[in-house]
Order: sequence, then structure tokens, then C-alpha cells
Amino acid sequence: MSTIEHASELPAWAALLVSFFLVVGAGLTLIGTIGFVRLPTFYERIHAPTLGTSWGTGGIVMASMIFFTVLATRPVVHEILIGIFVTVTTPVTLMLLARAALHRDRTEGNPGVPAEGPVQSPGESVDAK
Amino acid sequence: MLPYPLLSASLVIMWLALNGFTLGHLILGCIVSVFASWGMAALRPVKPRLPKWYLLPKLVSIVLYDIVRSNIAVASILLTGRSKRIKSGFITVPLELENPTALAVLAVVVTSTPGTAWLEYNSLNKSVLIHVLDLVDEEAWRVLIKTRYEALLLEIFE
Repeated sequence: MSTIEHASELPAWAALLVSFFLVVGAGLTLIGTIGFVRLPTFYERIHAPTLGTSWGTGGIVMASMIFFTVLATRPVVHEILIGIFVTVTTPVTLMLLARAALHRDRTEGNPGVPAEGPVQSPGESVDAK
Repeated sequence: MLPYPLLSASLVIMWLALNGFTLGHLILGCIVSVFASWGMAALRPVKPRLPKWYLLPKLVSIVLYDIVRSNIAVASILLTGRSKRIKSGFITVPLELENPTALAVLAVVVTSTPGTAWLEYNSLNKSVLIHVLDLVDEEAWRVLIKTRYEALLLEIFE
């Protein structure tokens, strides 16, 4: 039997909490997505989706945790793992995208981008790593 | 056989949590974790040391609080349409942190806080380029990152 069939057994206070966190999480993700479309430059745009990856995910995860804890159908571990993995992997994609953009802007000589810091001469750096 | 006992144990627990607590999955999870930790050992990462691990909950609570605050800040910027008027910009923050794990944690903290994005770390002059969405006062951001996060990370890792 699926847990959804038991959803009506959820007490009112828990249902309210679950809906609150769901609305907050989904709302933040939506706002982040709208910002992603509306912000003017690439570097500003990368900020908007982090709403979805921080408390957007967080809110939905909290709602899920409360729902399944109150119904006591299974241990609440999945959600924590989802939260940890989303948090840890976001910087990887973000840095990849941002550094690709930086590299392109510097090569094309676009204005408004900070110059690259000092780097070791090519001969040394390749062997050192 | 087990170069990273803590990593292997966490992998087994994660495997059991995701697949169900049965004997079959315990055996399968153990096999997976042994091979995974060999794979990790082949990468030869620096073993992270956390002499003051008990300060981690403090860091986590500070970061969670800041994430809530900056979520509200960024959401209000996007909703009120101030996004056309705000000035975003790059800042360079000189860091004292050198431990790769500590730097990774700082990158996660800065990135998961909406409004700031960690772009690139330069290990030669030990500074990081950060993009800030609502850049009013450059120095204030530098001080915030250095005192609020870096000082605590220095204490945890060194």
C-alpha cells in the first residue's frame, strides 16, 4: 500500500507544516527560475538558481521529512542525503560554468571582467600538479 | 584493505538507508564500500584532519542562518524588480586558508549562500574571486567572509 493512501491520516498540524514547507520550497525555486530568466548578465544569472538549490530544496526536504516521520513509514535518511548531495555538488557545476564564462570573456577581451591573477609559467605548473 | 574506515562506514550506512536494512544489502554495501574506498585511495587525496571537529555544528548553524537570510534578500531583489537597479560585481578576497578541505568547505558555504558565488581560487597569491549579486560595500563583504567563515574554518582545520 502506498503512503499517499494514508495521507488523510496526517494530523492537521502536520499537514499545515508540510504544506508550509512545500510552498516555501517550491516558491523559492520558482522565484529563482524567474530570476534566472530575467536577470541581465550571465554572472548575475548564476545567483538565481542557488535559491532553488539552497532553501528551495531545503523546504521540500523538510516537508518530506515531516510527512514521513509523522506517518512513521520509514527512517528519515533519504532527505538528509538529498540535501547533502545537492549542497556539495552545486559549487562544482557553478564553478565550471562561471570559469568557462570568465575564460571566454577574458579571451574575447570583454569589459567588466577582472583580469586573471598571476599564474606560474606553463613549464612549472604542469609538472607540479 | 580499508584505507578510509570512516568513508567506508558512511557508504555502508548510506547503502542500507537507501536500499533497506537486509542482510543481502549489508553484504552488497560492504563490497561496494571496499571498492569505493580503494578508488578513493587511488586518487591519493590529502587526508583531512579535523582537530576541532566539535566546532562544526557552530559553523553549520551560522551557515544555515545566513542561507535563510540571503534567500530572503535575493528573493526580494528578484520579486520587487530591483534587479535592474542593483549593482553586482566581482570582489577579490585574500585568504589565509590553505588546507584543500577547508577551502572546499568555504567554497560550498559561499556558493550555497544565494547572492554570492565562488568563481576561482588562485593558489599562487592565495586569493579567491567572488561574484556578489548586490554589491553595496566591497570591504564589508570581504570582512564578512573573513571574520564570519574563514576565522572559524581556520580554527577547525589548523
